Amino acid sequence: MTAAEFALRTDGVGKRYRKGWALRDCTLALPAGGVIALAGPNGAGKTTLLRMVVGLLAPSTGTVEVLGHDVTASTPQTLSRIGFLAQDHPLYKRFTVAEMLRFGRACNLRFDQGMAERRLAKLGIPLDRRAGTLSGGQQAQVALALALAKRPELLVLDEPVASLDPLARHEFLQVLMGAVAEGGVTVLFSSHVVHELERVCDHLVVLNHGRVTLTGDIDTLLAEHRLLVGPRTATDLDRSGTVVQAVHSDRHTTLLVRDGGIPAAPGWQAQPVALEELVLAYLRRPSSGVAA
Amino acid sequence: MFVFRLDTHSGVPPYLQLVQQVRQAVLLGFLQPGDRLPLIREVVEDLAINPNTVAKAYRQMEQENLVTGRPGQGTFVNEQQSAAMPASTYTSLRRGLATWLRRAYAAGLDERAVDALFTSVHQQTRNEDVA
Repeated sequence: MTAAEFALRTDGVGKRYRKGWALRDCTLALPAGGVIALAGPNGAGKTTLLRMVVGLLAPSTGTVEVLGHDVTASTPQTLSRIGFLAQDHPLYKRFTVAEMLRFGRACNLRFDQGMAERRLAKLGIPLDRRAGTLSGGQQAQVALALALAKRPELLVLDEPVASLDPLARHEFLQVLMGAVAEGGVTVLFSSHVVHELERVCDHLVVLNHGRVTLTGDIDTLLAEHRLLVGPRTATDLDRSGTVVQAVHSDRHTTLLVRDGGIPAAPGWQAQPVALEELVLAYLRRPSSGVAA
Repeated sequence: MFVFRLDTHSGVPPYLQLVQQVRQAVLLGFLQPGDRLPLIREVVEDLAINPNTVAKAYRQMEQENLVTGRPGQGTFVNEQQSAAMPASTYTSLRRGLATWLRRAYAAGLDERAVDALFTSVHQQTRNEDVA
């Protein structure tokens, strides 16, 4: 096993469909060993990017490198190191859970069936049930157990919790985070629900209109940004670093700034910004505003 | 065993929330020297939280000399140099704050106005200390 510093690197990646560009100029370097969230509204290009990362889709421009290997070559060796869980956790509905496991073992170079069975036993999911008769949360858990049984070094999940109720969502993330705690896996997942990302991710990529608008380590991003509230003004903006968003009411102004935390001007109050607020502010920016 | 919570709307980074909870529990005496904190793995599976976040929190607590990690055994609360706040100090501060709050409500401030006033003065005081 080679320990690549970056789990994923893309350089100038774009994807053009007949109706136009779904993704443009996507350049990323995502560290190995962490949990990376890919956030953005529907239609932002998240699924397109993920499908290129796992080799299901060829980029129109640029290169995608996973664990140090060009993924467009799609060798079985490279692909065996990547796990992918598509939207809505697809299973063969008429297969029993045990049959799904046998199928997984037959289709993969590396497949730890014992581990998958232990995971499912711990969750109380019977092996003799047909996949289609399980609850949505249980189907998601079976699909996750199958993906983890590959012992992937990069696990890619497309909107894994979007269709789950709050309890099933929590249980899914518990298992996923437990797998990260065991080590050896980098997780990349997409989500359009922003408010739960902070607890599970340490790295963030925000896509909007097919472009990367923000990327970085979450703690660093939160430390660099803050809200300044003060008297209504349009003049004092220069010394406040980059203004991401300015909201003016009659007498006061709220600025979301990226200034690395220099002391606020007299009369201004500085507040930390929550991740959700930060992401929304970047999504509201005009699509030309690209920050690295 | 100590149980962590997580407030996803506070704007405080999750790792700092964990550190603050231990700091506060030590200050209030809910955590005593020698108490073992849950394993990183246990916190991860309980809160469905990123393991790197928990590891970062534990590292920070070690740097602050709040706890000591012993390989293979766990993480334990240290004897505190500044000791937990004496009960009398805690009671007196608490009483002072309660008196101030009653005056604020008597003056017609509501809960939000009190929060805003407190936050504003607190921040100003901290900025003065930094400057």
